[in-house]
Amino acid sequence: MDSLILSRWQFAVTTIFHFFLVPLTLGLSILLAVFESMYVATGDETYKRMVRFWGKVFLINFAAGVVTGIVQEFHFGMNWSGYARFMGDIFGAPLAIEALLAFYLESTFIGLWVFGWDRLSKKLHLATIWLVAIASNLSALWILIANSFMQNPVGYAIENGRAVMTSFWALVTNPNLPYQFLHVLADGITTAGFIVLGFCAWHLLKNKEGELALFQRSFKWAAIYALIGVVAVILVGDAQGKYLEKVQPMKISAAEAIWQNESPAADFVVVASIDQKNEDNPFEVRVPKALSFLLYSKFEGGVEGLKDLQAEAVAKYGPGNYIPPVAITFWTFRIMVGVGFLMALLALLAILKPVIKVLNKNLLFLKILLPAMALPYIASTCGWILTEEDRQPWIVYGLQKTQQAVSPNLTTGDVLFSLVLFIVLLGALIAVTARLIYRAGIAEPKVEETAE
Amino acid sequence: MSLNTVWFILVAILFTGFFFLEGFDYGVGMLMPFLGRDDMERRSIINTIGPVWDGNEVWMITAGGALFASFPQVYATLFSGFYLALILMLVALILRGVAFEFRGKRDDKGWRTLWDWAIFTGSLLPALLWGVTVANLMRGFAIQQDMNYYGGLLPLLNPYALLGGLVFIALFLFHGANFLTLKAPDEIALRARKVAWTAWIIATGLTVAFLLWTFFATDILTKSPLNGLIPAIVAAIALLVTGWLIRSGKSGWAFVAGASTIVFATVMVFMGLYPRILISTLNPDWNLTITNAASSPYTLKVMTIVAAIFVPIVLAYQGWTYWVFRKRVEARPEKLTY
Repeated sequence: MDSLILSRWQFAVTTIFHFFLVPLTLGLSILLAVFESMYVATGDETYKRMVRFWGKVFLINFAAGVVTGIVQEFHFGMNWSGYARFMGDIFGAPLAIEALLAFYLESTFIGLWVFGWDRLSKKLHLATIWLVAIASNLSALWILIANSFMQNPVGYAIENGRAVMTSFWALVTNPNLPYQFLHVLADGITTAGFIVLGFCAWHLLKNKEGELALFQRSFKWAAIYALIGVVAVILVGDAQGKYLEKVQPMKISAAEAIWQNESPAADFVVVASIDQKNEDNPFEVRVPKALSFLLYSKFEGGVEGLKDLQAEAVAKYGPGNYIPPVAITFWTFRIMVGVGFLMALLALLAILKPVIKVLNKNLLFLKILLPAMALPYIASTCGWILTEEDRQPWIVYGLQKTQQAVSPNLTTGDVLFSLVLFIVLLGALIAVTARLIYRAGIAEPKVEETAE
Repeated sequence: MSLNTVWFILVAILFTGFFFLEGFDYGVGMLMPFLGRDDMERRSIINTIGPVWDGNEVWMITAGGALFASFPQVYATLFSGFYLALILMLVALILRGVAFEFRGKRDDKGWRTLWDWAIFTGSLLPALLWGVTVANLMRGFAIQQDMNYYGGLLPLLNPYALLGGLVFIALFLFHGANFLTLKAPDEIALRARKVAWTAWIIATGLTVAFLLWTFFATDILTKSPLNGLIPAIVAAIALLVTGWLIRSGKSGWAFVAGASTIVFATVMVFMGLYPRILISTLNPDWNLTITNAASSPYTLKVMTIVAAIFVPIVLAYQGWTYWVFRKRVEARPEKLTY
């Protein structure tokens, strides 16, 4: 174990913990803004009580998301000073803009929203939650502008061994960005939809008098919201795959475990046992020509295998191993996509439910929605691991390898200490957050809020 | 004026804003368990900063981000060099941040006491560590030729730096107490005023000692042509005036004067450093300066445009927030937001 491996683990752990919280913030902030808009437009108190109820869930999650995000802001300098020195000219800008544009907006207006119910007019109060929703998603946009550069460098030159920005416009119009941002945005919408659906299901199953209106109405909204999210996630993901095959075929071949060239049409490997050392799948189940269809929408068109791509990379970048960890990318990809389709099915059923009026009889479906709250988290985590692992050995694709990025002045003891500390602290934090969200989600909504 | 200088000033402004705003937040956090005698009092104290603390903390995040964008070498050297100190600070800030939200979620004495102490520790530790960091910046540390610092945590915890940490704690304590005098319910405000006076005496003693040490151990107050002597004198006068104003019960002006002390002390540090940002004690040629640590002229230009547009907007809406919440917090349970 050295400080590089430990730093990679630390980055993975802190990012995954952070990204456990981010999607719900992104999606639920918009949903709350929609609910409050309905309240202001119709004057219907049920909408207001929906905002108050789901607002509690939102705020717990939001607080934990903010504090885990602080770590990210400092990490690049702390553990990855080689990266910060090499990339600072490009990466620092979107990060600073994220803080200036999004963090200030979000943190200031969340305070106004929470404490402003009786100090601001209805419309002004509505504006604060919209600003929070916009700011949260702007923050995602700017950090993904930064991440998109790492995935697909654009608008730069190399001067004195450092990457320098030559076009800010190219940075913010990175062709990789729309896929990444829309995928994350839709993921957030999906997550919020499923969390609201799950807690609504819990309350509908209890079927108590009095409070059903709030949850029935939330259920309908959340079902539509989740379906929009999950359909968008799938469509954007599909487009992203097609795009990546064109520009970075290594990522696709790794995620699909394609070692040999597939020509004239490429089979889809459904499941496989993967032997990275011998560059082979000893066991695999194939669907003929299906990968060609997924990538090119027709049953022809070859896909270059990892072996040839590795040879090309060596010719381009010099000696080295350029194949990402295939077992990780292959399986995280399959879990993500599988869970995505499962969510699409559930969201579709949820939207049909009110139509067929079996709300009170269809208990099994409501019971399924409870564990289904875990699904978006599984998909988001797998998606994030896939994105980051598929780029390896690069930290910045084609420009800097991860091993060159680590801070040279950290001892193994330093990073081991911080890694253990973060695992314990953030693990406990996630556990407490989940517990508080659970309690808030199953609580009986108060008839008259104390803060009024 | 070169863009490098513009960004040095902008970074200085961000740190100044951070110490001014988070200064009273940290002070309030440190005082809360002692000034609040029961749950309702503690909640009232938290609510004095409740709507604004998150926005205030963003000043630190933005200062870090701006440092990364404009002087990436400084960001890399400082944050990797002060690794363990920063880890402790992050842990403290994580606990403090969730404490504000989590504390009220359960009506349980043990639960609330736990988060009260998280707020206390989460305010004390960052104040101490920022003081230690700033003192080390003023005196310099062992930066090598490759711009990295390999010395670890212990040399950074030298007596001068620790005194700097105590000065920060003491300044933030009376700054926070002054803030509470203005914003907390009357009964707590009276107690806060007494604390402000005690904290002021301690802060003044520590600050005088720290300034003298700074005079002899660093060139912050003496280097030519530009140094921090004049802002240091202004800060010292503001500090003395603060004491007089606390004594004579002019709470509003005491807060302003206390804030000026913090602002001019920060200006002192940055003027004393300029054009250096990080001082190497090993070799002046290995200093990180606004020239050798900066981003490219193009990036600085882009960031200058962004900052010129958005910094005024941020100041406007943050200022407006303080206007919305200008009223004193009332100690009535039905008026308290949890």
